[in-house]
Amino acid sequence: MPDLLIELFSEEIPARMQTRAAEDLQKMITNGLVEAGLTYASAAAFSTPRRLALTVEGMLAESPSVVEERKGPKADAPEKAIEGFLRGAGVSRDDLEERETPKGKILFAKINKPGRPATEIVAEVLEHTIRHFPWPKSMRWGNGSLKWVRPLHSILCIIVSEDGAEVVPMQVDGIESGNTTSGHRFLAPDEITIASFDDYEAKLKRAKVVLRADERAETIWHDATNMAFASGLEVVDDAGLLAEVSGLVEWPVVLMGRIADDFLGLPPEVLQTSMKEHQKFFSVRNPKTGRIERFVTVANRTTADEGATILAGNEKVLSARLADAKFFWENDLRVAKSDAGMATWVKALENVTFHNKLGTQAELIERMAVLSRELAPMVGADPVQAERAARVAKADLSSEMVYEFPELQGLMGRYYAQAAGYPDAVAAAAEEHYAPLGPSDDVPTAPVSMAVALAEKIDKLTGFWAIDEKPTGSKDPFALRRAALGVIRILVENDLSVPLDRFIGAQLVRNKGQAHDDIHDGLIADLVAEIAHHGVFGAAFRTIMEKADHILHPETVEKLEVQVPHKSGDLLSFLHDRLKVYLRDQGVRHDVIDACIAMPGNDDLTLLVKRARALSETLKTDDGENLIQGFKRANNILSQAEEADGVEYSYGADIKFAETDEEKALFKALDAAEAVIAPAMEKQDFTTAMSAMAELRGPIDAFFDAVQVNSDNATVRRNRLNLLSRIRTICTSVADLARVDG
Amino acid sequence: MSKTPEKPRSFQSIILALQNYWAAQGCAVLQPYDMEVGAGTFHPATTLRSLGTQPWAAAYVQPSRRPTDGRYGENPNRLQHYYQYQVLIKPSPPNLQELYLGSLEAIGIDMEMHDIRFVEDDWESPTLGAWGLGWEVWCDGMEVSQFTYFQQVGGHDCHPVSGELTYGLERLAMYVLGVDHVMDMPFNDPGSPIELTYADVFKQTEEEYARWNFDTANTEVLLRQFEEAEAHCKAILDQPAVDPKTGKRIIMAHPAYDQCIKASHMFNLLDARGVISVTERQAYIGRVRTLAKMCADAFVQTRAGGWTEDAA
Repeated sequence: MPDLLIELFSEEIPARMQTRAAEDLQKMITNGLVEAGLTYASAAAFSTPRRLALTVEGMLAESPSVVEERKGPKADAPEKAIEGFLRGAGVSRDDLEERETPKGKILFAKINKPGRPATEIVAEVLEHTIRHFPWPKSMRWGNGSLKWVRPLHSILCIIVSEDGAEVVPMQVDGIESGNTTSGHRFLAPDEITIASFDDYEAKLKRAKVVLRADERAETIWHDATNMAFASGLEVVDDAGLLAEVSGLVEWPVVLMGRIADDFLGLPPEVLQTSMKEHQKFFSVRNPKTGRIERFVTVANRTTADEGATILAGNEKVLSARLADAKFFWENDLRVAKSDAGMATWVKALENVTFHNKLGTQAELIERMAVLSRELAPMVGADPVQAERAARVAKADLSSEMVYEFPELQGLMGRYYAQAAGYPDAVAAAAEEHYAPLGPSDDVPTAPVSMAVALAEKIDKLTGFWAIDEKPTGSKDPFALRRAALGVIRILVENDLSVPLDRFIGAQLVRNKGQAHDDIHDGLIADLVAEIAHHGVFGAAFRTIMEKADHILHPETVEKLEVQVPHKSGDLLSFLHDRLKVYLRDQGVRHDVIDACIAMPGNDDLTLLVKRARALSETLKTDDGENLIQGFKRANNILSQAEEADGVEYSYGADIKFAETDEEKALFKALDAAEAVIAPAMEKQDFTTAMSAMAELRGPIDAFFDAVQVNSDNATVRRNRLNLLSRIRTICTSVADLARVDG
Repeated sequence: MSKTPEKPRSFQSIILALQNYWAAQGCAVLQPYDMEVGAGTFHPATTLRSLGTQPWAAAYVQPSRRPTDGRYGENPNRLQHYYQYQVLIKPSPPNLQELYLGSLEAIGIDMEMHDIRFVEDDWESPTLGAWGLGWEVWCDGMEVSQFTYFQQVGGHDCHPVSGELTYGLERLAMYVLGVDHVMDMPFNDPGSPIELTYADVFKQTEEEYARWNFDTANTEVLLRQFEEAEAHCKAILDQPAVDPKTGKRIIMAHPAYDQCIKASHMFNLLDARGVISVTERQAYIGRVRTLAKMCADAFVQTRAGGWTEDAA
């Protein structure tokens, strides 16, 4: 069976788009072929800076003929209707067949669809693919109307069978298909004629083009590590950079260069970032000292002087770049070590907008500092130090280095805070307060860092909640989901018990205050103090709002009063939703989490997680799973009885009214369980409490097997219902089991 | 490929080589626009001529001013006044990359010895309401040019598309001549009876302008001039298409555009004086863009912009 080879040859395709484009080419072409009836055995796609290529092997030479049947009008339908049907189906009256159906005699048309040659189908599918290609950004050029990522120059499209290669004739916007391509832009620019995929790959290689991106990456990595190793050095791993560089060259030639001595004193991260971002260089490290001493660059060609000119040029450009970096580093250090120190930078942040409704960066820092101080005791940090750390944590945003390399924010803060003489814990917080940045990023564990990191995220969340900028669907421009996950991970992974409600409430008021000029600082302080004592739901909140009534615009009062408690609850459920995602990844079911969220104190996420894990573990055991059944049975009977009788059975089950052994046994089991569960709950040892609960499964099942709750004897019935109530109370001490599936 | 010519010896010989090369490729070699602009793109030969359907091919040097980049002539490669070499061809020819590479050879870059790369770099000018796709061109890791296919200018889609090449002349020349500090670069031939370096020509002006740009320029005057230019631009475009004196259809797109250029430069000066806050910045850029769009709208109503009696 024939093979198909396609190459789309263009001006340089951005490196970051190449891999995806090759995948899209394969998907669009093969889907199109299959849809038209051309099945195939295998396919593979490739990309270089100037070409996308696709090989399809074992493709049908033509699509199979098919007979389609189409249902028409009734046989006795008006002539006009029948004619219309014939026209639509493109058949004549001879192709119609009358068939008896439950609805009467119906006409059916047989439409013969003859097979079509592959060339015809391929031409159509390729043209459609080129015209509808999903480039992230595309452009027009010259006089044309076609859009491609950069000007498209030629289309190679051949079908290869035993008889040889045949060009699939087609054209798009004046570009005609053929069987030729070109080699490397400088090393082998001549046209080459291609007879098959193997021929294509081999001839390209002779023309100094490595077709496969992974082969180029392998060559680069292999040569780079060898070269570094020969000098007793190692290349700093960077998969992203390797992929990018592989997309910038067709004929990779690895060269290792020197970094001038002047620059070796720069922080390694600065060297690395500058070399990577500006020059796409790999960093080469001395494993003994950990210092970056050289670089590796990848040229796109060989030269007569073995790259000496190219390397000299690159070294020179790097020196100019690093001279800038060194200039920034030295200027910044001078500021950090000056008398005013990093405060100069914080002052400058008074002119930098964080968000137009949430004030400047300086105001954000102020809110963050207050919250850090308040959170400090909850995470074992010194409040004064936490506040101090929060005040310098973002100072580096004004530094020249971070202005030039935004990705070094935090890290530079740490260097500068150290230089300014801050304690290590404060300096570390400058770097770590941004963490964790992703689900696998490390969580800060130092107390001061934890306080500031939590404050940074809670302030961000409450701020955007206060101004109604919540994430919706796939839109989360301020990365609030990431901030929420950060809060969760810092608390849970450090086993920190923090009642979030009052911190969220307080920070919401501070952020609301930011958004409204007429709320002055004294009032905010009053409100925050009330919230600290009573939480946002407290009547005290409303009392203070009443007090504020005569100084505030009524609209503002309304906003604070109605929105703060509401938004606080809304933000907490957002955190709960993110917690579900976080725990689901760890194998905890959502109904288990719901059962725990239903318990009081659900604003303490660590407590919530402990409940959920204990319940989840118990549910994995046989007893645990069946306990749910028993509990639900007890709960249903009890609820129905309570509804029917209009009373609550919650007290006074007495063993003396117990009639059967099973009933007596359940009393004893409940006594025994309570004796274990109560102290365990005191210690928040939910695992012990849950296993004690699971042991009730046997007695509960035995009870229900032997005993009819609704006895004719009213006393006995009441006693049994009160007994069920004990089951309910005990079984809902860790979580609301009624919400657990099963 | 053609034989690599003699290595140039001075800044001006590189400029002359580019002028000769692009003249040989059929470009009209224009002279710099006689107004202060931030980049060669602002020259009406690019901004306005990239609009409409009329074919165009022009090359020119454009002195460019970026007040905030002034360093009193001390920084090895930052200047508040520098030269750009600009080429604009409409429609972009299919061999524009080859033509461009030819220009590098013309200034003495040996294609056999260097590593030339086209690295993704999309261009956008918020003040001109313009964007395009293309690359920065690297020679041995050094950015030597910007290469852009214009997609939109002044809010208008470009049909046909222009290809634009911009060379930062000082930087490119320093590279070719092997000079580390711009001020050390020979301006005329080192063997000339009166040898002049870049410093001899520009060191003093860099100092003078840096002082003026950063500390002395009267911001009230600048602000007033910005607003006057803005008002003037609009007033020009408000005039009827037919000139009452000659009875001819004369839309004054260019005079209006001069006022747009002026407003843009006043904004750059105000920015350098540090009197524009982050939020105000966007608003000023928006005001200049509005002018640029109005001028573009006007230009496409002129003959050079593709307007014809029949189409009207």
